[in-house]
Amino acid sequence: MKTIAEINEKIKTGKAVVVTAEELVELCRSQGVKKTAARVDVVTTGTFGPMCSSGLFLNIGHSRPRIKIGGGKITLNRVPAYAGLAAVDFYIGATALPDDDPRNSLPPGNFTYGGGHVIEDLVSGKDVKLEVSTYGTDCYPRRKLVTWINLKDVNEAILFNPRNCYQNYNVAVNLSRKTIYTYMGILKPELGNANYCSAGQLSPLLKDPYLKTIGFGTRIFLGGGTGYVAWWGTQYNPSVKRKENGLPCGGGATLALMGDLKGMKPEFLRGASLVGYGVSLIVGIGIPIPILNEELCRWAAIPDEEIWAPVVDYSQDYPQCTGRVLAEVNYAQLKSGRIEVMGKTVPTGSLSSYRQAREIAGILKSWILQKQFFLSQPVFSFPGPETGYTFKMLKERPVKQNNKNEG
Amino acid sequence: MDKKLVLNFPPSLVDKPIISCLVKEFGLDFNILKAYVTPEEEGTLVLELKGEEEKITGAIAYLKQLGVKVELLSKEVEMVRERCTDCTACIPQCPAGALWLDQATYQVNFTSEKCIACGICLKACPTKAMVLRI
Ligand code: SF4
Ligand code: SF4
Repeated sequence: MKTIAEINEKIKTGKAVVVTAEELVELCRSQGVKKTAARVDVVTTGTFGPMCSSGLFLNIGHSRPRIKIGGGKITLNRVPAYAGLAAVDFYIGATALPDDDPRNSLPPGNFTYGGGHVIEDLVSGKDVKLEVSTYGTDCYPRRKLVTWINLKDVNEAILFNPRNCYQNYNVAVNLSRKTIYTYMGILKPELGNANYCSAGQLSPLLKDPYLKTIGFGTRIFLGGGTGYVAWWGTQYNPSVKRKENGLPCGGGATLALMGDLKGMKPEFLRGASLVGYGVSLIVGIGIPIPILNEELCRWAAIPDEEIWAPVVDYSQDYPQCTGRVLAEVNYAQLKSGRIEVMGKTVPTGSLSSYRQAREIAGILKSWILQKQFFLSQPVFSFPGPETGYTFKMLKERPVKQNNKNEG
Repeated sequence: MDKKLVLNFPPSLVDKPIISCLVKEFGLDFNILKAYVTPEEEGTLVLELKGEEEKITGAIAYLKQLGVKVELLSKEVEMVRERCTDCTACIPQCPAGALWLDQATYQVNFTSEKCIACGICLKACPTKAMVLRI
């Protein structure tokens, strides 16, 4: 048994043993869990994939004369941002599109530029064009503003992502006769390909499946800089069905994350265009897992072969929410480039980059070894399966037409 | 030498055994990289011809004289390394096996010699790392 304080002390004195999750898998294979757990202090993880529930809060400072963006309209490089906040605060979401983007009017749409790309441009240090039109007040008389802004000049740029870092994910296939365009990429007809989106054995929440060490305030690698776990993520579901080893059979936990964009890097925050679907932001995340006991070590060492994901049809079953699972496959099979589904060999592709996940785990490891990054004790833990906390579908309640109470 | 050609057959020629002629008359080897018939019933064939230069020139003249439109495949697809995240989304889409994963480094590589410039990866790539150079 170790404590986080003890591990931080070891980091300070340069005595901490830090390995990546990939290295831990190998260590446990060759030396066993018991010995490894006693030796290793921290395991670093990584993931790098499109995460739509991401966005950025900005405060650009006041213009002269003052303008109240709040309640008005604002765009960044023609992409609308959310202006329902105070005078010069606003939020740009990763999936926002220019008003005149044709979207899927001639399917599949290309979705060449949107919120995710604006965030990438800002973090790359590029100037971004801001346009505001709003109403005037006695204290905020100005109604129009067109200006270039740059990340280095704004007051705050806080990346705040309500849902990142899905614990596990579906493998998407298409059983229909035509190509479909999804957030899981292009899916060719009749099981033409299978797309997945997880770093498997490197992915943060698969390494601490009950979030025993990850909670509110956990310090992490976010977008190339430092970030924090800000809450449990939306659609968080600790009550997900699990395998005997404790790992979720699908979805599971998620995290809300935040951090200062000014410390981040464009290599780890990339705008994404998903043909026929929309735009998104590819986010790089790494979470350190303190090996406080043997149990944590055993979980963190679970290899790709023992991490399973559900294969789901995205032509019918996913959009109609039937819950049908065609097969279960593990990440070793997925990474081999081929899986078997319904008696057919299907080539695989990933939306999540394993190469980048590996790089992130390596960077986080070197930060810790260089004493630039210390572990944090979570302020509180998130609801576990024992709480019954789960993820619900929407219960629709019909709205009657001539309802008098309707505004 | 080998040359990649795009051949456009008018509807009147679509069902004629023209390609077998290239083998018989000119002694050329060929690879069909892509073949389709447009809704207007024109046939398009992307072909790689292998053989002596003179014979290839002769074959092209023969095709033109029959009324086949012949163009050199000048479209080239390239990978912009800095934009590629090595995600692998493009790999199962590529019909020519030109995109592949190095299982040791997990880097995605592009073998341009195999590419038939079909353009599918341009759509499949979320970060627009595959581009067309004309
Ligand atoms: S254009 Fe792209 S998908 Fe088509 S053959 Fe070339 S590399 Fe493959
Ligand atoms: S889809 Fe694009 S980013 Fe992903 S591996 Fe292919 S070229 Fe690279």
